[in-house]
Amino acid sequence: MPRVVRVNLADPLRAARRQAVSVSVATGLYGVSFGALSVASGLDVAQTMALSLLLFSGGSQFALIGVVGAGGAVGAAVASAALLGARNALYGAQLAPLLALPTSRLLPAAQLTIDESTAVATAQPTRAAARVGFWWTGAGIWVLWNLFTLVGALAGDRLGDPRRYGLDAAAAAAFLALVWPRLGGPQGRTARLVAAGAVLVALATTPVLPAGVPVLLAAGVAVLVGVLAPALPPTGPVNDDEARPAPADTARGTGEGGTT
Amino acid sequence: MTALWIAVLLSSVACFALKLAGHLLPRHWLAEPRVARTAALVTVALLAALVAVQTATDGGRLVLDARVPALAVAAVALALRAPFILVVVLAAVTAAGLRLLGMP
Repeated sequence: MPRVVRVNLADPLRAARRQAVSVSVATGLYGVSFGALSVASGLDVAQTMALSLLLFSGGSQFALIGVVGAGGAVGAAVASAALLGARNALYGAQLAPLLALPTSRLLPAAQLTIDESTAVATAQPTRAAARVGFWWTGAGIWVLWNLFTLVGALAGDRLGDPRRYGLDAAAAAAFLALVWPRLGGPQGRTARLVAAGAVLVALATTPVLPAGVPVLLAAGVAVLVGVLAPALPPTGPVNDDEARPAPADTARGTGEGGTT
Repeated sequence: MTALWIAVLLSSVACFALKLAGHLLPRHWLAEPRVARTAALVTVALLAALVAVQTATDGGRLVLDARVPALAVAAVALALRAPFILVVVLAAVTAAGLRLLGMP
C-alpha cells in the first residue's frame, strides 16, 4: 500500500477507502458471469483464470470470449481485446501525473489501471486520497474479480449446454450493460450514432466475412467518426484534457457497471 | 500450445503493454482531444457490434431467436438502473424460459 500522509487527511482517505470497497464488491461480483460465459464459449477453467489474472480488463475479456465463442480466429480475438483495452492507455495517462508514483510501483499500477480504479482515483480531492482510492479499488477488484471468476467458471463447467440456460443471451446482455453507461446524456449522441452504425456494419457483414472480422470492421466506423468529425464534443468517461473528470462522469463510470 | 492459449496470452500481453504505455508515454501524446474521443468511440462501436453479433447471429448466419426478447428485457432492466449481475441473470432466465416454451 502507498505511503500516505495521515495527518489532517484522515477523512478524505477514509472516504476514498469506503468508496473503493463498495465499487470493488459491486464489480467483483460480476466476475461470476464472466467465468460462466467464458467456459460456455469454449475456454477451459485455466484459460478463463489466466484472462482474469493477467489480462484483467472486463471489456477486453468479454470481447475475447465473444469472438472465440463465435468461432473467430486468434488474430481477430486478440485485435478485439486490444482495441477495447486501448482506453486503458488513456486512463494511464490521466493517472500518471495525478498519482506521481515511484518507478518501483509502475508495473503493479499499470496492471490495476482499469475503468473503476481510474474513476475512483480521479474523483478524490487530494493526491493522497487519489492514491488510496486507486490502490484499494484496483487491488480490491483484482482479488474479488478473480475469486468470482473462479466460482463462475467452476459452476459453468458443470452446466452442460449453455443455450439451455440462456447463457448465450446472458453474454449479449453483458455487452449491452457494458456499453449502456456510454450512450446516455446529451453527450452520448455521437456515441449512439456510432453504436447504431456499428450494429448495422456488424450484422450486414456477418454472412460474408469470417467470424470476428465484422466486429473489427465496426470499430472502423468509430475511427472514421472520431478522426473526421472535429467539432463534436467528447463522449464516454474519458475526458480529453482534465486530470479529474466531472463528478457526473465518475458516478456514471462506477455506479452502473462500467467496463472493468 | 493451443490456439486458445495463444489468444489468451497474446491479448494479456497486448493489454498490459497498453496500460503501461499510458503511464510512460509523454502525456501530450494522449491528451489530444481527437485521440481521446476516438478511443471512447471505438469502445462504444466494439461493444455495440458485440451485442449485435451475440444477439442475432449464429455460425455466420443472421437468426432471430429467444436471445432477442432476452436482450429487450436486459435493456428494460438497464433503463431501470438494475445492477449488472441482475441484468445478465434476467436475460438468461428470459431466454431459458422461452426455449422451455418451445422458442428456438
